[in-house]
Amino acid sequence: MKNIPISAMIGLAFTALYFIIALLAPLLAPYGMAEVVGDVWEPSSSQFWLGTDNIGRDLLSRMIYGGRTTIFIATVATILSFVTGSILGFLAAVLGGWADQVMSRMVDLIMSIPTLIFALVVLAMVPVTIPVLILVMGLLDSTRVYRLARAVAVDIAVMDYVEAARLRGEGQAWVIFREILPNALSPLVAELGLRFIFMVLFVSTLSFLGLGVQPPLADWGGIVKENKDGIVYGIGAALYPAVAIATLAISVNLVADWVLNRTTSLKGGRG
Amino acid sequence: MHPIIKLVSQRLALGFLLLFGASALIFGLTEALPGDAAQAVLGQAATPEALANLREEMGLNRPALTRYFEWLGGIVQGDLGQSLTNKLDIAESIGSRLGNTLFLAFWAAVVSVPLAIFLGLLAVRYRNRWPDKLISAVTLTTISIPEFLIGYVLVYFVAVKLGLFSPLAMINDSMSFWQKLNSIALPVIVLTLVVLAHMMRMTRAAILNVMQSAYVETAELKGLSNFQVIYRHAFPNAVAPIVNVVMLNLAYLVVGVVVVEVVFVYPGMGQYLVDHVTKRDVPVVLACGVIFAAIYIGLNMIADIVAILANPRLRHPK
Amino acid sequence: MTEALLKVRDLKIGATVYPPGEKPHDIEIVHGVSFDLAPGKVLGLIGESGAGKSTIGLASMAYGRGGVEITGGEVWVNGRDILKTSHGDIRKLRGGEVTYVSQSAAASFNPAKKIMDQVVEAAVEQKKFSRKEAEGRARELFAKLGLPDPDNIGERYPHQVSGGQLQRCMTALALCPEPDLVVFDEPTTALDVTTQIDVLMAIKEAIADTGVAALYITHDLAVVAQVSDDIMVLRMGNTVEYGNTDQIINNPQEEYTKALVSVRSIEHEEKKPTPEAVLSVDGITARYKGLNFDVLHNVNVELHPGQTLAVVGESGSGKSTLARVITGLLPPRDGEITFAGRKLSGDLKGRTREDLRELQMIYQMADVAMNPRQTVGTIIGRPLEFYFNMRGAEKRKRIIELLDEIELGEKFMDRYPAELSGGQKQRVCIARSLAAKPKMIICDEVTSALDPLVADGILKLLLDLQKIEDVAYLFITHDLATVRAISDSIAVMYQGRVVRYGPKSQVLSPPFDDYTDLLLSSVPEMHLGWLEEVVAHRKMESAGN
Repeated sequence: MKNIPISAMIGLAFTALYFIIALLAPLLAPYGMAEVVGDVWEPSSSQFWLGTDNIGRDLLSRMIYGGRTTIFIATVATILSFVTGSILGFLAAVLGGWADQVMSRMVDLIMSIPTLIFALVVLAMVPVTIPVLILVMGLLDSTRVYRLARAVAVDIAVMDYVEAARLRGEGQAWVIFREILPNALSPLVAELGLRFIFMVLFVSTLSFLGLGVQPPLADWGGIVKENKDGIVYGIGAALYPAVAIATLAISVNLVADWVLNRTTSLKGGRG
Repeated sequence: MHPIIKLVSQRLALGFLLLFGASALIFGLTEALPGDAAQAVLGQAATPEALANLREEMGLNRPALTRYFEWLGGIVQGDLGQSLTNKLDIAESIGSRLGNTLFLAFWAAVVSVPLAIFLGLLAVRYRNRWPDKLISAVTLTTISIPEFLIGYVLVYFVAVKLGLFSPLAMINDSMSFWQKLNSIALPVIVLTLVVLAHMMRMTRAAILNVMQSAYVETAELKGLSNFQVIYRHAFPNAVAPIVNVVMLNLAYLVVGVVVVEVVFVYPGMGQYLVDHVTKRDVPVVLACGVIFAAIYIGLNMIADIVAILANPRLRHPK
Repeated sequence: MTEALLKVRDLKIGATVYPPGEKPHDIEIVHGVSFDLAPGKVLGLIGESGAGKSTIGLASMAYGRGGVEITGGEVWVNGRDILKTSHGDIRKLRGGEVTYVSQSAAASFNPAKKIMDQVVEAAVEQKKFSRKEAEGRARELFAKLGLPDPDNIGERYPHQVSGGQLQRCMTALALCPEPDLVVFDEPTTALDVTTQIDVLMAIKEAIADTGVAALYITHDLAVVAQVSDDIMVLRMGNTVEYGNTDQIINNPQEEYTKALVSVRSIEHEEKKPTPEAVLSVDGITARYKGLNFDVLHNVNVELHPGQTLAVVGESGSGKSTLARVITGLLPPRDGEITFAGRKLSGDLKGRTREDLRELQMIYQMADVAMNPRQTVGTIIGRPLEFYFNMRGAEKRKRIIELLDEIELGEKFMDRYPAELSGGQKQRVCIARSLAAKPKMIICDEVTSALDPLVADGILKLLLDLQKIEDVAYLFITHDLATVRAISDSIAVMYQGRVVRYGPKSQVLSPPFDDYTDLLLSSVPEMHLGWLEEVVAHRKMESAGN
């Protein structure tokens, strides 16, 4: 662990910071999430570090609670997307034949419709709750994980060492868990970071459109929606989430880059 | 048959198959999910009798397959049905809005495509030096912010603080061409920033891939000038991947339009779609969904066909 | 002595490396090399991979590939130091005075342009000839290099001609501008032996006819001995020995050169066939799924216990397919395989664990034959666990025994494949197959990816192990020198058929069939004048027919 480059170190530190804030939100937030504590759009002061929002709630508290919601939804959706996508992807690669064909063509079809449009169509018909959001986001995104997992596993499955294991007479379980999985893990972990960022952007966009997290619950996209009218009057309350989302996304990106580089190093150099 | 004609027609057939599949998938979703149009009109509190009556009236009791083919047949003839909420003809409502959306997307493409290619070339020319790193850092940042936030950041700093351009992108038929352009300036900039990063990164990778090939080395070892190497040897091979990149990003742009229209209250398809998703107006959502999917599938298909046409191995078979 | 055309003095070349997880840093890859080349002469640069020979070749065009940079010394071409000359002058040098022929013509031709456009480009650009003159010259060169239809071949696209033809087109490209010097960088390495000999002869004649000087870069000393006047032996960026070809081949001074000259001279006395065979392949016919033709036609061979059967042929001969059929990866359409007295199922699924244990396989690319996430100990230990249920100390003891047998030792037990050299990796693969205590091992081109000296070591090891473990080898290779070194019997394959089969002494003695004759005579031999002898022999034969 001593060989971590500075960029990855910064990325790790910020990512950890965001997750800690999300976990400890009730302890860290100075006011309640939906508590009206001041006037509309008060400027920042020692009392309200970031000022107040469109109905006089403390913006810093909203941001902290909002981060909690956004990160929670994005994390669970990412896990869902990953578990579904990679299990199906590995299965398709190992089974091959018609099972692979059916799954892959289905994924092609789903991916032929832009994700946001697909999500909007679904959300037009079902009540928007957090479990529904997670389900829709996770399943739609699992198509991308499926493609990656399948491609990685297919590449590994044709390696001579996998053939050697089959010639030895090893069972399917050994081949998947001992030969393929350890080698597929690193590219998948790097992708995990990118998928997480995508989920943060996705849930923020949906909330901004009014089809994500419903008020009074706070989330970063919703904060923008609530405060966007202030912008025309020169009140920047709606822009704080931009800073939060961008720093989180860049930090996770830096970590993902590092993981990916470490992966490639296994093929070439020593150690 | 010439292999290229065969491949292109195969790809065209696949495109239509996908289009058909996508429409079936979207329609099928409305069937599979709980709640239907009648429910949406009457709301959650509706009595079962009222629901049954309305279903009868709207023809929802007939088999799903029949209704699907009726609906699909309608789309092919330009009949998209009626909106549930305001009873207006959907095709008519969409007509001018689609035009507005394409107007916006067109200008965003006009700005972003040459800019992305230029920046991609610049990044390759100064690879691993500061211009490359700067471009890469800036694009990484724009990728990391959702498009609606880039929109508001620009509105805040450019429109409100500097007083340039209008914060809202209202356009109507009485405006002159230049007024329209001025009105859409900010959304065009936002869309440009949104697709620029992806397009520039992919262009950079495509050009680098060509520049590192052995035939470019051969050209350099012939004593050609940098310009000749790029113009004669790199360019003919880089065109196809770049066109491919551009098409894929235009497809991406079509989706980005949805959110940007909401930010700038622009009277286009995206705004229309989001409004009616909120109102749970299923026929409108279906129609918009299919149109967006069709544009997306079409652009992806063009990208693949360009790649097939540009491949010298396919163009000049053995 | 005439003024040297190319004069290299104390050439030092560095490169920037980007080891993952570490800061990029500079290393030196060529440490002060000097030589002279007179007009019209050929200098061979020879060495194993990493010797710096291609880098030196490109330095004579003031070119560094990738992050490579010339850091010191002088390179004089036609009386001026090209490392100090202007940019414009270097452009006149490249493609005008010095031209380049790369190993892979297929990659070096622009796929989007016709061959003729690319062949004449440098000559026209350097204003040496008009377009029309250059095209005429190109056609002459196409004819001289023995290309079919020399008047029209230039109108084709690179993917429309074969690999051997494209390599000749590349030579025409290099000779077209009438350069003073051509750098040949492994021009025949990617070709089959029977193709190599024609291209080699074409290059040699073209050099003689045009009076051009050449730097000929290769890893194969026997090849370079045929074309060069002088030879420089390089190793890890240093000159080992530098002298005229006769002296280097017939009277090498340095140990390393002596080893290179005597490589592939392993002697192996042929064993007599025993009454029963460990493997007999009867009438095997096979095809791949989705193809509508057979890749193996009625193949019959036998392998005797403790002996080696070499299956030899060029790419596309079906030799690797035969291995896949025997292992059960490709069930045959017809015919049967008997192994250790029992009939083997055609499909892998139908084989018993005992069948699998007794029939092991070693691959060409050792890098991808081992799971990069497992240590050497795990890799060798798995068959012990799997077949013999060995655990703990017992397993460890056996792993160490095996590591000693392959001359690596206990200290390698906890290393990962990425930490091993090419030869060491192949040794570990050998140990893994021996761990199963097999009756027979299929060796699929196991030495082809290795440098000659390392390959020799592997062959010697395999021969020693055969004596100790009494294991039979089915040895698949395209290299006849390897066949001579290791086999007891030989099967020559051509287009999916066994064209010649029998004990080594018989297969390698006349009278030959046409294909075996062609194959045998195409293997470069380590003596001067071999190329001319072969070509003369072939001309006589065709005149006689």
